[in-house]
Amino acid sequence: MPAEPRTAISPADLKAAQPGPDTISGAEAVVRTLELLGITDVFGLPGGAILPVYDPLMDTSKIRHILVRHEQGAGHAAEGYAASTGKVGVAIATSGPGATNLVTAIMDAHMDSVPLLAITGQVFSNLMGTDAFQEADIVGITMPITKHSFLVTDADDIPSTIAAAYHIASTGRPGPVLVDITKDAQQQEAPFIWPPKIDLPGYRPVTKAHGKQIQAAAQLLVDAKKPVLYVGGGVIRAHASDELLKLAELIGAPVVTTLMARGAFPDSHEQHLGMPGMHGTVPAVLALQESDLIVSLGARFDDRVTGKTALFAPNAKIVHVDVDPAEISKIRTADVPIVGDAKDVIADLTVALGSALATTTPDTEAWWTYLNGLREEFPLGYTEPTDGLLAPQFVIQRIGELTGPEGVYASGVGQHQMWAAQFIKYERPNSWLNSGGAGTMGYAVPAAMGAKVAEPDRVVWAIDGDGCFQMTNQELATCAINKIPIKVAVINNSSLGMVRQWQTLFYDGRYSNTDLNTGHDTVRIPDFLKLAEAYGCLGIRVTTADEVDAAIQLALETNDRPVVIDFVVSADAMVWPMVPQGVSNSYVQYARDHSPSFDEEA
Amino acid sequence: MSRHVLSLLVENKPGLLTRVAGLFARRGFNIESLAVGTSEVPGLSRITVVVTVEGLPLEQITKQLNKLVNVIKIVELDLDQSVQREHLLIKVRVDNTTRSQVLEAVNLFRARVVDVATDAVVIEVTGDSGKTNALLKVLEPYGIKEMAQSGLLAIGRGSKSISERVFKN
Repeated sequence: MPAEPRTAISPADLKAAQPGPDTISGAEAVVRTLELLGITDVFGLPGGAILPVYDPLMDTSKIRHILVRHEQGAGHAAEGYAASTGKVGVAIATSGPGATNLVTAIMDAHMDSVPLLAITGQVFSNLMGTDAFQEADIVGITMPITKHSFLVTDADDIPSTIAAAYHIASTGRPGPVLVDITKDAQQQEAPFIWPPKIDLPGYRPVTKAHGKQIQAAAQLLVDAKKPVLYVGGGVIRAHASDELLKLAELIGAPVVTTLMARGAFPDSHEQHLGMPGMHGTVPAVLALQESDLIVSLGARFDDRVTGKTALFAPNAKIVHVDVDPAEISKIRTADVPIVGDAKDVIADLTVALGSALATTTPDTEAWWTYLNGLREEFPLGYTEPTDGLLAPQFVIQRIGELTGPEGVYASGVGQHQMWAAQFIKYERPNSWLNSGGAGTMGYAVPAAMGAKVAEPDRVVWAIDGDGCFQMTNQELATCAINKIPIKVAVINNSSLGMVRQWQTLFYDGRYSNTDLNTGHDTVRIPDFLKLAEAYGCLGIRVTTADEVDAAIQLALETNDRPVVIDFVVSADAMVWPMVPQGVSNSYVQYARDHSPSFDEEA
Repeated sequence: MSRHVLSLLVENKPGLLTRVAGLFARRGFNIESLAVGTSEVPGLSRITVVVTVEGLPLEQITKQLNKLVNVIKIVELDLDQSVQREHLLIKVRVDNTTRSQVLEAVNLFRARVVDVATDAVVIEVTGDSGKTNALLKVLEPYGIKEMAQSGLLAIGRGSKSISERVFKN
């Protein structure tokens, strides 16, 4: 019987009259949650246990999914995306090997405090624990290397769990959070409720610091004769570069930026002494070592910075600012511990410093005279290789000079990483991406890809080594197909260069398993030119200094496809300065067997 | 080497114990005993952990534990500000000549016999480690066939509770 027109109610009317939550599948909930969190780009690779999520992913117009060639690439791309912008990077993988392929990137993000959301499929919940096909306990595997992790077995929990994961990844000290979702949870239907209730009673990051400690820090700063601002990656993660510049200029103290903090303070600034640490500049290393006050801002006294910890900066008082209370006094006891977000703390410290300066005028003239002397005597430099091959430092320096500070530079791990940290001049935060804590070879290409997706208008370089490049270069396919025109500079010394350097210095030149046969006078397997072409990239080979600029220019002008430049460089070039492992930073060597003499009593 | 008793109020989530135990192992802290059970708040469990610390400050482990998202509150319980008990079940060999001596020891220690066989008894004892160790020493000559021991349980003296401090705001 036809219903009377007057009383007929369509489903649409019902919905309007009683707005209730949509009932959608868990898979759709994943996609909708990501959309509502403002995620616009994700990197991933589908497989059985994550298949349901990939179906609605095809329909969304708000999220661009970039299909990688290996899940590790998805992880590092998400890291590069996050590190170049401060946004959360998202990587998606299937269960078992898909998930375990993400592990290296998750660990990398954990070490370098990168906000990373990893979403993995898990086998059906009734198969878990049965050694089912492609089953791996990825929550268990990643427990030590995530900020937190979740297993979702119920579609109802998907929006709240992903929202909680996003919140944890991006607040406090950022880090990787893994959400493992069973296939049945993806297939079930559940009402989609937004915003979801996020209940994290045990998660309360402290961001605002204690006023009394700030006052104490300000007083120490005005009283110090040899102060140093020791700037770490936390300043970049906290977007605190502007605040740092104000603080530094107000106090007039020297600034050093760690490997993770390159770009947090402009390299061109006269107060900047460069990078400290094992391969830091002599002035930066000795400024920390001989300081009477180290103000650590978002740094964690890594062993690569301190050298032998017990002998590090013996006369320095320590003000330690970190958003993570566990970092404070972990390695070096802090005299003034300050828990808080670097942005807020530095701003507060600048205000407190203003008051302290009203009554006390700092006397750092002798300190600056000493440091300027070191700067003059031990500038960053390199010697030309004697084998007639290209100096890698020159290549990297020219890339930086021709590209400029608006570019983004992602590096692999090893000698080329140190040279890229030393010889490219960074003027802005988030322009330098590297694997600092983890030291993950293979980071550069996928990280550059992620950065280029996040910042399409910027020139993005991967400064890579021939060893690193061979670990993840399959993502060149991803770049070429998805029109992500990154530029890759392979600093090809035909070897695992940093290991080779240690073999030269500490193993009597016995080069055990460091020869890669990719460079000058070798079989060139693989031939990076052919490899570039096979992947649809422009390949260029450079063997002499006079070809360097033209090749870089051509790369800068080529934006219809990725570019790979094979810079065939000398294998004998070494990274200097260097503090040998396990000794005091006082033994920094400017070049081989050449240590600066300095006043022991200083 | 110092010994500390920590009480943790934690969310009762899957894998929680792995997170806590894994953290101790990873950061180089030695767990001497561990006891886990429900707390007075639904959904929250209480973990009592005895940790021996060598070289590293205790502060580092409490800070790291606090970073675990499911850990809500940690307090260290001092011996004189708390009641600390462990629970033992001890199976002791007895025969007609030794049974009465064993039962006498049980009475002296205010322990209880909870199972009797012709050639063995099971003794239940609760107390601090001084008391339980002393009883074990007394029983040892008769032959301890089997023993099961709980982790240390501890609770602060006075009227305050750990969950009160968390939820009063």
